[in-house]
Amino acid sequence: MSRTGTAETNYLNAQHGLKSWLLTLDHKRIGLLYLMGVSFFFLLGGIFALLIRLELLTPQGDLVQPDTYNRLFSMHGIMMVFFFLIPAIPGVLGNFLIPIMIGTRDVAFPRLNLASWYIFMAGGSITLLGVLAGGVDTGWTFYPPYSSLYSATNVLTVGIGVFVNGFSSILTGLNFMVTIHRMRAPGMTWFRLPLFVWGHYATSFINVLGTPVIAITLLLLVLERAFHLGIFDATKGGDPVLFQHLFWFYSHPAVYIMILPSMAVISELIAAFTRKRVFGYHFVAFSSIGIAVLGFLVWGHHMFVSGQSVYAGTAFSLLTMLVAIPSAIKVFNWSFTLYQGSVSFDTPMLYALGFIGLFMIGGLTGVFLGTLGFDIHVHDTYFVVAHFHYVMVGGTIMGYLGGLHYWWPKITGRIYPEFWGRMSAMLVFVGFNLTFFPQFLLGYMGMPRRYHAYPEEWQVLNVLSTAGASVLGLGFLLPLGYLLWSLKYGKLAGKNPWGAKGLEWTTDSPPPTENFRDAPVVSEEAYDYAGAGHGDGGAPAPARAH
Amino acid sequence: MPFKIPFMPEQASSMAGEVDALTLYLVAMASFFTVLVAAMVIYFAIRYRRRSPDEVGGSFDNSALLEITWTVIPVLIVLFTFVWGARVAFRLYRPPADAVQYYVTGKQWMWKTQHPTGQREINELHVPLGQPVKLLMTSEDVIHSFFVPAFRVKADVLPGRYTSLWFTPTKTGRFHLFCAEYCGAEHSRMIGWVTVMEPEEYQAWLASVPTQGSPTAAGERLFAQLACHTCHQDAAGAKGPALGGLYGRPVALADGRTVLADESYLRESILNPAAKVVAGYEAVMPSFQGQVSEEGILELINYVKSLPAGGSASVAAASEGAL
Repeated sequence: MSRTGTAETNYLNAQHGLKSWLLTLDHKRIGLLYLMGVSFFFLLGGIFALLIRLELLTPQGDLVQPDTYNRLFSMHGIMMVFFFLIPAIPGVLGNFLIPIMIGTRDVAFPRLNLASWYIFMAGGSITLLGVLAGGVDTGWTFYPPYSSLYSATNVLTVGIGVFVNGFSSILTGLNFMVTIHRMRAPGMTWFRLPLFVWGHYATSFINVLGTPVIAITLLLLVLERAFHLGIFDATKGGDPVLFQHLFWFYSHPAVYIMILPSMAVISELIAAFTRKRVFGYHFVAFSSIGIAVLGFLVWGHHMFVSGQSVYAGTAFSLLTMLVAIPSAIKVFNWSFTLYQGSVSFDTPMLYALGFIGLFMIGGLTGVFLGTLGFDIHVHDTYFVVAHFHYVMVGGTIMGYLGGLHYWWPKITGRIYPEFWGRMSAMLVFVGFNLTFFPQFLLGYMGMPRRYHAYPEEWQVLNVLSTAGASVLGLGFLLPLGYLLWSLKYGKLAGKNPWGAKGLEWTTDSPPPTENFRDAPVVSEEAYDYAGAGHGDGGAPAPARAH
Repeated sequence: MPFKIPFMPEQASSMAGEVDALTLYLVAMASFFTVLVAAMVIYFAIRYRRRSPDEVGGSFDNSALLEITWTVIPVLIVLFTFVWGARVAFRLYRPPADAVQYYVTGKQWMWKTQHPTGQREINELHVPLGQPVKLLMTSEDVIHSFFVPAFRVKADVLPGRYTSLWFTPTKTGRFHLFCAEYCGAEHSRMIGWVTVMEPEEYQAWLASVPTQGSPTAAGERLFAQLACHTCHQDAAGAKGPALGGLYGRPVALADGRTVLADESYLRESILNPAAKVVAGYEAVMPSFQGQVSEEGILELINYVKSLPAGGSASVAAASEGAL
């Protein structure tokens, strides 16, 4: 800790000009490029969501035409899933943090990393072109034969956009895997890795193994639509259900692509704001791998009413039950980390606690839906919509926002205003529950999803949901304001404003381009708050070689 | 159930109570765990709140006993849940033997239904109270899904194949019918009603609806009109296998496989005859794709199902002879 003075150069001011950003090979700058990309797509997806909720305020379907409504929910799903939820945490936080957390200069393949961002933006731009040309109305699931033969919208453009974007996930996954295997600092053994890294390691495997399948599937769909090959066309001997198998073989694991990085963030937040090692470190680490593996074996639970045999349904139901176990293990371990901890309630921790609550409900309702006899009734209803929003918004976005606040001082060197941070965390939690809890009830009462108009008896719950969505929207907009404000007016953060453990808190904020001024050597376990060598109560840095 | 639970749709089928019982169990189980974890988190968060800026947490960070506890107990609970759910599902999937078959054809954006006695309806289905009803369903275009919340039943309706579901109505009244699988612009208007009537009322209703005869009779007319009988006849040297007694029996195919002659097989053999050629016959039958409507195919199948076994010229005998 010899250089305690203000660091003259860091990754932000080392170079200037647009070109220095667009051609950067620095994983931290690439993380910020992703931040801009995913924020844009999140905003766009959010506007679509807002219009959906406004339409559903009244049962008659009187705000927009049915055609428009169908495009709104389709584009909402496509933008949010493929261009926000999947890339957000790995692209922004994973890129920024993985090399620093394992004590190295950059990812294994910096050029490939930049290429990933360009591919992501290219895929996003092609999709956006499809949106501007009138959008797509197939839902994010693209089921044929509707998508291949009947839809009169821009299925080809959007399909190609999503197809291209997939390569970004594959290459980022590959990059992270190699980086984590080959680039760890001396002394950074596998079981000294922060759980953030374990979570991203598991996610990378799913990205590399699963994404090619959606790529092939979308390619087949594009060919089917353009050239009428007949793969999914029953009148030509094809099978529309085959598409569903292929689609969910990726898209169920994709749920874990979205949630595992968020769980990875939560482990860091819980450790930092209890100043305690995450309870059952090995179990939390291996549960990520368990989720990644089991996640590939459960796709058929999306097809319980699709005409698949009852025996296949039974097998998928059993396997779905098993994938709940590693998630349960994580929740219990996080909760128990608080025991004998030193718990503080800063914004990131509020997001983490909110995550536990919402993910509990999302995960448990996943068990509901895995239960064969229950799913038949609620399949394709708002119960499912509520469930996956609890997992993806309640899970992924809570983790993303919590992580963004936690590492904001490291990324920017500035502290965001704590009061407004806590306000936003509360608004998001309350608004979220108000938006999506009524949808569980609507679903059980029978309201099908993707309905532009609905019977009048369901209006009250829909009004509650729309009211919640406006609170939620406000909760999401607040950080946009105060985080930008803090770039200029926030207090200087210093190296370790939270008194947290981890290599990222031993270097400057913002870090220098090469991440560490002295190459770190690791000699202690992750989250060693109570360990030997600790005593100054503040921010004991991992021992370094000099 | 003796009292009305809020947010539960009406229970109007024999399975509704069973599904709701499963739901109540799931809600109780989930509530228990949510309250348990929430209580634990809130208690620990307050009890162990940070009291000085320099404070750090304790060193108790693993316990094999706790890990085993919170792994084994959830495993047992989800296995129990799985078994319960699968039992309910098997009953939902398997119609009772005395179920009466009705026909449903989905198309953008309407439900066409037909009674075993021939009456047709659009976006409506009238059924008698207490009678197990099996729906045989197909789609003319995209995938739809037949969903009656009050009965707790749902099944996708696919182009190019038959799917089915069943229910026994236990309450008279009108119940929402929805399309649950997104099917295009007017998806949310592909809705209708299932009306459950007292059996006598139902008979009176049937009598009041004009019909062109039973699907079997209609199928017989179509069979003659399409000249199916020129090849499919009970005679030695006929170009096509005889169809008497065919339904429900195994059929030996030219490629050595054996298939069950069910509705899907009959449908495929009309639309794509070359896919499964009966042993001993040439693949000379033309496809009737585009020449017969989905309803027409159902009528033809009904007619074929009604044909009695024709003795020596039955399909199985014919194919054995050829071999």
